[in-house]
Amino acid sequence: MNKYEIAVWVFMLAAFLGFELIRRVSPLLHTPLMSLTNAISAIAVVGAILITGAQDATPLSKVLGFIAVVASTTNLVSGYLITDRMLKMFKKRGEKK
Amino acid sequence: MIETIFPILYILAAAGFILAIKWMNSPTTARRGVVVGEVGMLLAVVGTLLRYEVVNYEWILIAFFVGSAIGVPIAYIMPMTAVPQRTAFSHACGALAAALIGTAEYYSHTPHGFVMAALALETLLGFLTCTASLMAFGKLQEILPGRPFTYPGQNFVNLGVFGAAVAIGVTLVFSPEKTWLFPIFIVLSLVFGVLLIIPIGGADMPTVIALLNSYAGLSASAMGFALDNKLLIVAGALDGSSGFILSVIMCRAMNRSFTNVLFGAFGAIQSSAKEAKEERPVRSASAEEAAEILDAARSVVIIPGYGMAVAQAQHKLREMYDVLTRHGVDVRFAIHPVAGRMPGHMNVLLAEADVPYDRLVEMEDINGDFSRTDVALVIGANDVVNPAAQTDKTSPIAGMPILRAHEAQTVMVIKRGMSPGFAGIPNDLYYMDKTLMLFGDAKSFVTNIVKELGSAATAR
Repeated sequence: MNKYEIAVWVFMLAAFLGFELIRRVSPLLHTPLMSLTNAISAIAVVGAILITGAQDATPLSKVLGFIAVVASTTNLVSGYLITDRMLKMFKKRGEKK
Repeated sequence: MIETIFPILYILAAAGFILAIKWMNSPTTARRGVVVGEVGMLLAVVGTLLRYEVVNYEWILIAFFVGSAIGVPIAYIMPMTAVPQRTAFSHACGALAAALIGTAEYYSHTPHGFVMAALALETLLGFLTCTASLMAFGKLQEILPGRPFTYPGQNFVNLGVFGAAVAIGVTLVFSPEKTWLFPIFIVLSLVFGVLLIIPIGGADMPTVIALLNSYAGLSASAMGFALDNKLLIVAGALDGSSGFILSVIMCRAMNRSFTNVLFGAFGAIQSSAKEAKEERPVRSASAEEAAEILDAARSVVIIPGYGMAVAQAQHKLREMYDVLTRHGVDVRFAIHPVAGRMPGHMNVLLAEADVPYDRLVEMEDINGDFSRTDVALVIGANDVVNPAAQTDKTSPIAGMPILRAHEAQTVMVIKRGMSPGFAGIPNDLYYMDKTLMLFGDAKSFVTNIVKELGSAATAR
């Protein structure tokens, strides 16, 4: 199996896992769920680091990579923080603040 | 040594993301989910920084700092009503990052075959999601007009631009050395993102935001294919399927087909809404009368909509909930899946106001109870309680599942005036004999009801 084939397998399985997991999430939490998955999509930061920090990085890819790290860090930080801020508010009856 | 560590960190990071989503299935475990998601992201970043390919740290660290300096204030300053905008903006950031990485990768390595195809997909999805999300942000923040904008041949133009972008993408896959094509590819992707959102109105935003979530994820996944990075593939696929499912749920809640949404053709139906009918009599009531009826009721179901968010009435509504509950009234909130501007929007606002989440009931669970409900109080919602969706086959919203408020003994609707709602569809609910219209701003009207309830209690 070449590496591209493996990659497609990984994608397929992860997508189905995603379907199964998300289907179980109560509509009550759909907004925090979207915030969380939005924060997870900031995983693009991995690619951004690899481009920016590479030995052979050209000035162009350094500049683009720099912007990409800034953008994905913004996404990452605000995504996680606001998800937690939202979830903190969900309380049952009688639960203390 | 380090070469063996980072794959382990990546695998743990992927497991973290999966657990994070799994734990979102209940409010009791959700916060644990966020923590494990954060740990996953930390492992991914640390693992990447440790890789031998990464040698220059200055720029990365500065960028981390700048990104956090933007992200932290956004997360803490944004009011809860602005969560849809924030999410749209965040999508734009993530998608921009993916698109720029694709661009940088193309110019530095000029890849071929499979990698180039993944890269083209990543860049296309990234740039179009970026501008589309910024457009959605603008509409939600009301920088841009929220009404759908349509013109003849719109779908033709949209498909033309999209087709051209795809054609250039395919050309680049077969002959990547044609570097002059790449800027055109970028511009077409950016333009398509804008065109995609132009015909979409505020009421359709829940579907669109979910869909953009999916695109951003798929873009990250495509990057994973291009960079041969399984962590990116997994995280992107989770995100992509999540956004996809949510948008399907939203479509179902509006009775729209998914293809309709994919091509951004919706929003247009609103123009086909019928002319407003002749003036019909309505019954209106004061806050005092409303308070009396609510106080005398045994069960009350409150139906919030986007109007509640606009008026910031959720805190006053909670006060009303408290008083009524103390008086022995059973008060619940009925949540329609597309109420608000993003999936689950109402739940977050009511949670912010400290309404216990076990009092928030989904549409399917509460619809059977309306006939046994004394008062249905509609606040800032319109189309989601329009009986025409089920009775009138010619209505633009025909077939859309609704909250069956019209089955309650008494219906009260807090509304500014008699103007039809966003979709411009007349609502027969307002003209029913058992319906009382409470004219006024949602927040001040609820405030008055709370006052009346308070004075009634002391008079007892």
